[in-house]
Amino acid sequence: MDNNPKKQHYRSLERKIRNTIILMSIIPMFLISGIILYQFYTAYHKKVYAHLGELILKHKQSIDFFLIEKLADIRFLSNTCGIMDLADESFLQTRLAEFKNDYANVFVDIGVVDETGNQIAYAGPFKLGKASYTDADWFQDVVKNGHVISDVFLGLRGLPHFIVAVKEGVGDQSWIIRATIDFVKFNTLVHSIHIGETGFAFILNKKGAFQTKSLADIIPDEERQMSFYRGDFDPTSHHQINIIQKDNSAGIHNIYVTAFLKDGDWMLVYQQQTSDALVALNKAFKLTLFIMFLCAAIVIVMTYKITTKIVRIIMKADHEKQRMNLKVVETGKLASVGQLASGVAHEINNPVAIMVEEAGWIMDLLEEEDLENSDNKKEFIRALTQIRTQGDRCKQITHKLLSFARKSDAVVEDVQINELIEEVVSLSSQRAKYGKVQIELNLKKNLPLLKLSPSEMQQVLLNLINNALDAMEKNGGLLSISSRLNNQRIEIDVKDNGQGIPESNIDRIFDPFFTSKPVGKGTGLGLSICYGIIQKMGGEIEVQSVLNEGTCFRIKFPFS
Amino acid sequence: MTTANILLVEDEETFIETMAKRLNKRDFAVSTASSGQEALDMLANNLKIDVVILDVKMPGMDGLETLQAIKQKYPLIHVIMLTGHATVESAIIGMKKGAFDYLMKPCEMDILISKVNDANDAKRLHEEKIQTARIKEIGKSVESTRDIISSLS
Repeated sequence: MDNNPKKQHYRSLERKIRNTIILMSIIPMFLISGIILYQFYTAYHKKVYAHLGELILKHKQSIDFFLIEKLADIRFLSNTCGIMDLADESFLQTRLAEFKNDYANVFVDIGVVDETGNQIAYAGPFKLGKASYTDADWFQDVVKNGHVISDVFLGLRGLPHFIVAVKEGVGDQSWIIRATIDFVKFNTLVHSIHIGETGFAFILNKKGAFQTKSLADIIPDEERQMSFYRGDFDPTSHHQINIIQKDNSAGIHNIYVTAFLKDGDWMLVYQQQTSDALVALNKAFKLTLFIMFLCAAIVIVMTYKITTKIVRIIMKADHEKQRMNLKVVETGKLASVGQLASGVAHEINNPVAIMVEEAGWIMDLLEEEDLENSDNKKEFIRALTQIRTQGDRCKQITHKLLSFARKSDAVVEDVQINELIEEVVSLSSQRAKYGKVQIELNLKKNLPLLKLSPSEMQQVLLNLINNALDAMEKNGGLLSISSRLNNQRIEIDVKDNGQGIPESNIDRIFDPFFTSKPVGKGTGLGLSICYGIIQKMGGEIEVQSVLNEGTCFRIKFPFS
Repeated sequence: MTTANILLVEDEETFIETMAKRLNKRDFAVSTASSGQEALDMLANNLKIDVVILDVKMPGMDGLETLQAIKQKYPLIHVIMLTGHATVESAIIGMKKGAFDYLMKPCEMDILISKVNDANDAKRLHEEKIQTARIKEIGKSVESTRDIISSLS
């Protein structure tokens, strides 16, 4: 069927329009959203980093300051008091009370240790008495360095704490003042860093032990090393803060902000899940995506609707255009063609007559000749007969040509066109039945009489009906003939629902010798003759045709 | 039955020649003329012509004029018009003006001959009628003469 490529054409048109609209609207949308989102992402990242960095830096400074201050306090004590005073436990008690008063209970106890590591005097809540610290790490360090801030350890008292100690000496004699810092108080410095739902801070020493309240249940063993958080960050770096992002062993992406404390002995680590840190960004991201996809969905749906509409309009317009492909025959053109045709026909007729005559003469002569024995006699006769037959064919053609062009003096009568139509239809009904064509008559009653030659009008109608039957030859169909009054004219329609006339042919169907039938089947003169006759009778003939839908010839006669 | 004496009038020489030959071969006595005027001249000299085959379209005096002239001078001679398609109408006019029949070129010899024979027969019949009429008239006049004589005597 010829319908399919057409449908396909519209479908591909629809696809093209739709894809173009969708791409043209969605690509810029995604591009703009993507760029803005990216910019926002970077900016927000920077902001979050800066904020965290600032926060951790401040804490680092305050922790460092806290430790240095505690050291300075103890140093002040050792500088201002002699060993005699310090060895007096009641004196120590007074100083501890003062310290506690001045520094909000940061100091838990104070002890004085001699150079061998034995405690001389002690003030505090624990009954440590003459404890020996000879083997303690901090004691080794303080002897070596003169002062120390120890890592957190459990020590003799069995509680986590750390020690600030200063070595003092007069002459050969030296002693050490050590103070215990309240672990809980110290912890608050770090624990106050708590952001979002997952942000928290802790301190690690070089050995990977927590220097703040134990988070062993949160941080797995392998992550309790500075190296895990450090990257290429080291205490000598001029940056005080380092920020990295990486997955932890549980596969959660985290931001780690680190800072060294105590000249690199400790590390302050702030850890937060990236998604938590960037929660606002994520929200914005999700919102943007949602809006974007919503817009995309709307665009797609609308495009589908609009495209379908557009294509339907185009289809309608095309159809309309084809329907309007109405052919009103140009008078001038066919008149001159007619003149030419009649000239040619006439001039050719005489030579053809002579040829046929000569052939006849040869035939006559052959009968006289004694050719009975000749093998060629049959052939001669066949050839001559053929010449005669072909001459006859020429005669048929020139005859038709001339009837297209002639100025007839056919007898004009008053004719009731409906009667004429019925007559012609009855002539054609046999052929119609054979071709499975149903004939439908739709004649307006009481039409005025027309002045025309009935025999010629019959010829026209017969020709149109035969053409219609030819057009429906394959599948049968419906032939409808109608007559009506319109605008002071009688109109006769001969309409079929056959194969229709291709657009390229419609301009030429009234031209003499134009035919769509195979060679030898039609001379291409039928419609030319119809046109000639109608024209002569003062009427008009026009044709409308839609491919695969059918053709309608309309004849219009003015009546007086 | 005697065969007809035919006069072929046609401007196309080759056509006329061949046709004459073919008619001759069928035992017709054929004379030819290539124009209307020549035909009239020949008729004036030779009264033996029974049937004229006359082309409608000729230069100079055309078929219809020639027909009119022939019919005027020799009403008994039958004329068969020979025509191309363009001139069918003139042939019809010709028939109205007294032509016996018309033929379309190129024509079948058999048809031509049958028409010629019809024309000839018609002419013969016509002539016989005229003859019998004449004889009757003579008979009447003889009778009337006889009556006069008898009345005189």
